[in-house]
Amino acid sequence: MDISIEKAQELLEKAKKKGATEGDIIIVEGKSSSVQVRFSTIDKITDSNYKTLGLRLFFGKRSAVTSTSDLSPESLEKLIADTSSIARLTSPDDFGGLPLPQYGMKSKELDIYDEYFPQVSLEDMLSLSREAEAAAFKYDKRVTNSEGGYSNKRATRIIYANTNNSYGTYETSIFTVSVTPIATTNGCMQRDNWYSTKRRFSKLDNPVEIGEEAAKRTVRRLGAKKIHTQQAPVVFDPETASSLLGNLCMALSGYSIYKGASFLVGMLNKQISTPAVTIYDDGTMPWGIGSKPFDAEGITTRKTTVVERGILTSYLLDSYSARKLNLTTTGNASRSPGDPPVAAPTNFYLSPGNYSPSEIIKTVESGLYVTELIGFGYNPVTGDYSRGVSGVWIENGELTYPVEEITIAGNLKDMLLQIEMVGNDLDFRQKICSPTIKISRITIAGH
Amino acid sequence: MSGNLITPETFLTKKFGIDSHSMEKAMSDFLSRKIDYADLYFEYNIRESLSLEEGIVKTASKNISHGVGVRANAGDKTGYAYSEDISLDKIKLAAKTASFIATGDCKSTVVPLSNIIKPKSNLYPVETYPTDIPLEAKIRLLDKIDKIARSYDSRIKNVLSNFTSEYKIILIATSEGLVIGDVQPLCRLNITCIAEESGNRQVGSYGGGGRVEFSYFFEENRFVLYTRKAARQSITNLEAVNTPAGTMDVVLAPGWPGILLHEAIGHGLEADFNRKGTSAFTGMLDKKVASELCTVVDDGTIPQRRGSINIDDEGAETQRTVLIENGILKGYLQDRLNAKLMNMPLTGNGRRESYAHSPLPRMTNTFMLPGNTAPQDIIRSVRRGLYAVAFGGGQVDITNGKFVFSTSEAYLIEDGKVTTPVRGATLIGNGPDILKRVSMVGNDMELDAGVGTCGKDGQSVPVGVGIPTVKIDGITVGGTI
Repeated sequence: MDISIEKAQELLEKAKKKGATEGDIIIVEGKSSSVQVRFSTIDKITDSNYKTLGLRLFFGKRSAVTSTSDLSPESLEKLIADTSSIARLTSPDDFGGLPLPQYGMKSKELDIYDEYFPQVSLEDMLSLSREAEAAAFKYDKRVTNSEGGYSNKRATRIIYANTNNSYGTYETSIFTVSVTPIATTNGCMQRDNWYSTKRRFSKLDNPVEIGEEAAKRTVRRLGAKKIHTQQAPVVFDPETASSLLGNLCMALSGYSIYKGASFLVGMLNKQISTPAVTIYDDGTMPWGIGSKPFDAEGITTRKTTVVERGILTSYLLDSYSARKLNLTTTGNASRSPGDPPVAAPTNFYLSPGNYSPSEIIKTVESGLYVTELIGFGYNPVTGDYSRGVSGVWIENGELTYPVEEITIAGNLKDMLLQIEMVGNDLDFRQKICSPTIKISRITIAGH
Repeated sequence: MSGNLITPETFLTKKFGIDSHSMEKAMSDFLSRKIDYADLYFEYNIRESLSLEEGIVKTASKNISHGVGVRANAGDKTGYAYSEDISLDKIKLAAKTASFIATGDCKSTVVPLSNIIKPKSNLYPVETYPTDIPLEAKIRLLDKIDKIARSYDSRIKNVLSNFTSEYKIILIATSEGLVIGDVQPLCRLNITCIAEESGNRQVGSYGGGGRVEFSYFFEENRFVLYTRKAARQSITNLEAVNTPAGTMDVVLAPGWPGILLHEAIGHGLEADFNRKGTSAFTGMLDKKVASELCTVVDDGTIPQRRGSINIDDEGAETQRTVLIENGILKGYLQDRLNAKLMNMPLTGNGRRESYAHSPLPRMTNTFMLPGNTAPQDIIRSVRRGLYAVAFGGGQVDITNGKFVFSTSEAYLIEDGKVTTPVRGATLIGNGPDILKRVSMVGNDMELDAGVGTCGKDGQSVPVGVGIPTVKIDGITVGGTI
């Protein structure tokens, strides 16, 4: 089958004839290729094409979701039959259904696809990967090994149609270059990584700069020490601060809220952080990595103020979780074709503050600068937080020696209320972004 | 559901109308390029998932995916391409990309695709595939679970339960003439309870499964036990106090805490990292990496286990591989490419998430063999420490060896007795060092209930872990007080 909005609408018509009262279809079609090098020679080349069709049907208040990568007419015929028979067995859910037509899509163009995409060749990616890796080796002679230089391009086309006559399509492109060097001293190895991800090929960072930054981050970790258990101020670099924001997103999802599975239940319009903290979710940023013209239910995306000067002003909602909470969708429906929607961020970021990262570090007499977090020690239900950390120890406002094999632990609820400073170094490097932040006091476990 | 109508033997012709002769031709065209080795990996997968929440079946889904992955190797280079379209044109196109890396000697072979062989043994004979069990039966199971959990304690406010089953057919054809197929069923039942008491909200989870029949969950009252464990954990956590921070003795309960071995040891012994010299275990073969009480194996051949497979995703037979024997490092986990480059034997650990991924050395079921000590004696030996019963996830930095894993149910040990439950905390250690600190090993080895999923390079595969009660002298606990 050739994929088109019209074909999707035809399929929905067929489903309605079989008794479906409502439904929608989402089709994801993509192509991607990547080149990984090690010591300048090719390690792995990949190339792929994929497409999946997801069908969601409602029979009154009952529903089911199915998906297939087989888009032949017989297979789609069978998909409708399967979906119908599954849906009839599920329980009626009064809150189920498509978004009401008045929330439907207004056509909108968004810059998210680079027309240059088809011209980016395997050879182009090979040289980017090589240049980035070579720059890492050249930067410092202690860089002795490498997990490789890597580059990737991916284009995705989304088609959406529902029985409320909402429909649309858009195409996105994305390019990445990354390097993972390994540095050695006294028989001990350290590895770190740096990357650039952009929707436009021409906007990728210079591969030499990527390689040098990766090398800098790697050699900075050499000779890392374990420190004593204590409480101290903690500064998170933008990468690790983004990870904290990602944890916050889980607790902000409308699904976590209505299930009672979030520490933010009942906190709407209440203070959850300090006045230094304002957070937005903005699906409309031109060339934003999380930007899209409409969400997975065909709702036009928007800019939502999530936290304003410390006050929680909005959860992240799709139409189902919004109905459960007696609120209105924020256009944050996201779904893989085979699953029902969830509420997920688009471009979710902490608004920059006034301080440069070095000004923030200068305020710390004795504390921790975090550059890497590992593990999954976060519970969105309680906010309990405990993760492994690597970083640099701060003494008298200066970065001193690297530290590792320690943990930081607390509760995200308390940590948010202790955000003392926000940096001016916001860079939209991924979907969830933060500038440098300082939290006044966290328990660090070590010796 | 019609999944069982297709077998590896009829897979290509019946489902995609590809005859073995034209496939042989395509493969030999592909092989006339300068490559050392090539394979095709066909997959057909049905996955079904049911979730019950707030007492009703909220979501039901069924996903069908299929495709072919084409791989070429030349020296240490890999070319990989895939398509969800299983047609000769698409396979030829994929082969062209995969052979972008071609540099080796030119050779041409014809691979006979008509002679499909079966794995020597079947570790998961199933009469009715779980995907073929009517949905009504699965819904009834989730309904029962909901009632059992809610009646366990009135403080349980929400119950989320999920049943997932998968039916996967694979067919592998290699340039060495091997053509082999397998049918791999898999299912998993998960229960999460949310308990609440005067504003204090806590969660408890449990689950299990494997390559088993649907009836497995009713045998030995399993679904009831799973539910009670999830419910009990959520109630226990209501009483949890802050975890102490710092270095202390930790006793691991048997079973799922074997995730320690998976993170601290297992990943570091995967052959790719050791060939590239990027693992903290590089060059440590035949050296002491653990206390002599420790023997650790990876075994993909245990019947019905979640981590078991008849053949790996390169067609190699799975086996029991000794990783550490009485404290001495004995072996690595190999896939085809790394075994060849390291000149070591295959271990049947070449695995991939799906046709969309190229194989990597991965674990199957990784566990420590039992010792001689009674578990009570181990707990009794600790004056002040932590007793860890259940864990969430873990992660490791292969290169510096640092690993973490996070408790979801743990207790203080005070004067040789398990006392107060504590809040979730991350444990952090160093892979090549941690097992040297094992001072007591229990006689009560258990495998986990069958819920493990391992991630590497963006690929997820089902795995198992296991461990007896074990005492570790001095590990850093990421508490708050």
